[in-house]
Amino acid sequence: METGTAILLSMLIPFLAVISNIILRDKPNLRDGTTLAAAVATFLVVLKILANEGNGTSETLVLFQVMPGLDLAFNVEPLGLMFAILASGLWILTHLYGIGYMRENNEEHHARFFACFAFAIASVMGIAFSANMFTLFLFYEALTISTYPLVAHKGTPEAIKGARTYMGILMGTSIGLQLVAIVWTFSLTGTLDFTKGGILEGHIAGPMVAVLLGLYAFGIGKAALMPFHRWLPAAMVAPTPVSALLHAVAVVKAGVFTMLKVGIYIFGIDFLSETGASEWLMWLAAFSIVAASVVALTKDNLKARLAYSTISQLSYITLGMALASSMGALGGGMHIATHALGKITLFMCAGSIYVATHKTEVSQMSGLGRKMPITFIAFLIGALSIIGLPPFAGSWSKWLLIVGAADTTQWVMIGVLMVSSLLNIAYLLPVVAKGFFLGDRSDTSQMQEAGPLVWAPPAVTAAGCVILFFYAGALLEFLAPIVAN
Amino acid sequence: MTSEVTQTAVTLADHLPVLQILVPFVAGPLTVLIGSRALAWPIAFAASAIATVIAFLLLMQVIDGSVISYHLGGWAPPLGIEYRVDAANAFVLLLVSGISTVVLAYARASVAAEIPKKQHTLFYTAYLLCLTGMLGVAVTGDAFNVFVFLEISSLATYVLIAQGSYRDKRALTAAFDYLIMGTIGATFFVIGIGLLYMATGTLNMADIAERIADQGSNRTVRTAFAFIIVGVGLKVAIYPLHLWLPNAYTFAPSAVTSFLAATATKVAIYVLLRFIFTVFQPGFAFEINTLVVIIIPFAILAMFAASFIAIFQTDLKRMLAYSSIAQIGYILLGIGLLTETGVTAAVAHLFNHGITKATLFMGVGAYVYRVNGSFYDRLEGMGRQMPWTSAAVVIGGLSLIGIPGTAGFVSKWMLVQAALELGWWPIALLIVASSLLAVVYVWRVIEVLYLKPPAADAVHVTDVPLSMLVPLWVMAFASIYFGFDTNLTLGASSVAANGLLGGSVLAAQ
Amino acid sequence: MLEEFTWAFIVGHINYWLFIVLMMTGLYIVVARSNLVKKLVGLNIFQVSVFMLYISMGKITGGTAPIFPIDMKVDPDVIYSNPLPHVLILTAIVVGIATTSLALALIVRIREEYNTIDEAGIFEVESAIARAENNIHGEAMGGRA
Repeated sequence: METGTAILLSMLIPFLAVISNIILRDKPNLRDGTTLAAAVATFLVVLKILANEGNGTSETLVLFQVMPGLDLAFNVEPLGLMFAILASGLWILTHLYGIGYMRENNEEHHARFFACFAFAIASVMGIAFSANMFTLFLFYEALTISTYPLVAHKGTPEAIKGARTYMGILMGTSIGLQLVAIVWTFSLTGTLDFTKGGILEGHIAGPMVAVLLGLYAFGIGKAALMPFHRWLPAAMVAPTPVSALLHAVAVVKAGVFTMLKVGIYIFGIDFLSETGASEWLMWLAAFSIVAASVVALTKDNLKARLAYSTISQLSYITLGMALASSMGALGGGMHIATHALGKITLFMCAGSIYVATHKTEVSQMSGLGRKMPITFIAFLIGALSIIGLPPFAGSWSKWLLIVGAADTTQWVMIGVLMVSSLLNIAYLLPVVAKGFFLGDRSDTSQMQEAGPLVWAPPAVTAAGCVILFFYAGALLEFLAPIVAN
Repeated sequence: MTSEVTQTAVTLADHLPVLQILVPFVAGPLTVLIGSRALAWPIAFAASAIATVIAFLLLMQVIDGSVISYHLGGWAPPLGIEYRVDAANAFVLLLVSGISTVVLAYARASVAAEIPKKQHTLFYTAYLLCLTGMLGVAVTGDAFNVFVFLEISSLATYVLIAQGSYRDKRALTAAFDYLIMGTIGATFFVIGIGLLYMATGTLNMADIAERIADQGSNRTVRTAFAFIIVGVGLKVAIYPLHLWLPNAYTFAPSAVTSFLAATATKVAIYVLLRFIFTVFQPGFAFEINTLVVIIIPFAILAMFAASFIAIFQTDLKRMLAYSSIAQIGYILLGIGLLTETGVTAAVAHLFNHGITKATLFMGVGAYVYRVNGSFYDRLEGMGRQMPWTSAAVVIGGLSLIGIPGTAGFVSKWMLVQAALELGWWPIALLIVASSLLAVVYVWRVIEVLYLKPPAADAVHVTDVPLSMLVPLWVMAFASIYFGFDTNLTLGASSVAANGLLGGSVLAAQ
Repeated sequence: MLEEFTWAFIVGHINYWLFIVLMMTGLYIVVARSNLVKKLVGLNIFQVSVFMLYISMGKITGGTAPIFPIDMKVDPDVIYSNPLPHVLILTAIVVGIATTSLALALIVRIREEYNTIDEAGIFEVESAIARAENNIHGEAMGGRA
């Protein structure tokens, strides 16, 4: 299969899954099974692209011209391919998890849920393989729209309110800021193609570079850069498979992926470091890292705590781009993968706890670890990966970011990353500690692990955190071309 | 660059410009004379369909930048009446006739539900006269002829709007208010034409343009310009002159609103474009001041004020009416920027907004057909009960916001690009800010349709019949299609803008 | 500029003064009178003023009626008034008649539905309807327009 066909298939198959979910809405097993088959098929297609291209950059496949100078075009490059593998692989796991969660929790509207899920994945594939900013923006907006019904799924007033915040902030930033940035870029350079070394050099200078970067940085609302981060905690009203998808795989990673693409392929790392335009962003990202971690400390609701942790971790990647150094960019890219694995583990564990015990607050979770050992051990592994300790994957990406900060003599940033690790310990480990070491409460005697579809996926991703530690070198080599000259 | 195709009209193809208006013009009285209610709709639909084909053929002839000059009755201009077709008005002709045909397909069921049977023959007659008038405004090259056709379409419009009185008697006063304001507007327009005639001695628009260029600006010409802008502005519903629109659109029958919202103001905008650029020409210093100082602020005011009011409406139809006023603001902003990208954006938005609003108003009409109301509290939960209609309304709403992949995005992109090319970034930011207001009022509709449970006493309904669903989805599909394939829309728009700004009229002679 | 306003100037442009007075009168009546029929009368006066403008612009000083002599030979030394404005005005008069008759028909229907043709009375009825709607469906911004 040619790469071009594979790219199109990677979007088409999830889209067909949308339709199959609608048609088969009343036959749950057939419907969920077909979607699972679609997920596996998508993953295989993406692996085929990996086999074809390795970590090279493929030719651009132009579907058609939408407006003069603006094409709907796709290509493969290492960062995008990694994102696509991550998303399609994790879709399989999340889908299994979702089936278990939705059935055990007696949620409603399964067909709509899985249909929107599939649409979101199709959009993510489009984002991962987009060859220019216009195509990316199109799928970026499609992702927002397709995930709205997921956030509002429960239909309760809180869900509607949360979905409104979600929509409001994401649409507001993308239409109000990102669109302006994109059109401005187009009118400056006449193109929006992602190019090695960026396309802006020579077309813009002085403080305007920082302004344009600001429009992009704040416009990419999905990266949850403060002050446009409120949508993340607001989206916690969604069922946990959605949180697992949104906050590990689809939405947030699409946001920071876009951030990295803009930094590397629109501005160019060298251009950014020459003009120093990203320094303010570096400080803002640093602030975001620490502030979000501090807020996470104050949250008793486990999902809210994980949401603020995500905001903090996303700012790591933004920091990586803003450092304007190769190591920083590579560290940011790797962090997409390592954080995805770690965070999806944590969220799926949170969902597993909710399905088994209906508990949502950390203070209520004393002694649960002994009843749900697999879940809590998975949580421990995921937490250690997020904190950045070996032998877990997160330690590598953190290391690269520190090296990147040292490269650019930004010693304060190293301090920020260290402090952040300490804060991560402070808000993640108590959950595990409470689970295993604190008192035996009387009401836990009846509790046990939820069904295998619910505890197995987080166990798999936790194992992934360990495995990725040993293959981090391969991943680094894979990503190296994005900053090579 | 532009070549003129002077017709010594021999074959039927040569007569296309006049056939464009003749077909509906003859079909109208024919409907009344035949008097059969069963034949009324088929005749109207056939006439409209033929008009669409003719418009398409005309557009294909002029899309390369040439101009067709047709002498009515064989009398040579400037003394005879000339029909002059270039990319700008061929595009408008296609929009008007295309929308008319699709809405007519939809109207069969909708009108049957909203208007008593004995009025149907006369309704379709009035519809055909309205169509004739609008097509005539677009195709003619004679200034007074514009007035005549404008009044033909306006009078028919007043009748059509008043047909809503069978459901809500406020349609009568809405029609009366529109009549008063519209007649004042048309009379201002004719005063302006008179002043132009006094100054130049001719009524042929191309000829006036030449003579103004020769004699330069004087008080008479300036006064004429002012009267014409205000007069046409009333029809366009420029912000302070928009007061007739909300009531007229809300109380008219659904098919009528679908038709008018997509065409009436667009045709008036075309007249505005034609007079500003072709007759008076942008080199006219007085004009530039007017456009930049008056039209741009009013356009921005329209974009914000009307969007803001739309957010606080409880009736979907009225909300869409205010939204129309805001969208017209975008078009005027594009015109006011006075660059080629700006005018291209304006003409493209004219088309894209037309198809978007047609989708939305046809959707509202479907709701009226089933639940007899368009208030939000009647529509709660309709997303599940009428899935096809609601999906089309969502698509229309997304196009209204300007989500990429829809027609509305294309014109919004061009507009922001036009503003940034001039370096006017505050205007660019204002454009996107008002789009965010659109997000609010569209999202309110989506929440009502999908996220609210139906009222306890609501009757369970099913979706509307196919004869209404198919045209609705044709328009919804068009909203998406023209978001991806912009060859026709942007191609015709940029040729039109080029022609308008380049003074092609003069170049051809 | 004021020195232009000589007596000759004013008398010479008397048709324009007439036009302005009639136009303003007509517009004033449309705005100020609340009875619908009177509004219509105002509109008619407004339209008549435009007719005056056009007709008067066709007159050429010393010109005679633009009619072919019986032998169809046009004498090049004779000055004829411009017939075109008259033609335009005939069209405009017809449009005016159609508008007036349509407006009168609407007024008749309004009388049937509202029992009044006074704008204030109509406004009261419509406000009541709007208030009732607001009570059922919630407050809306904007009211009548």
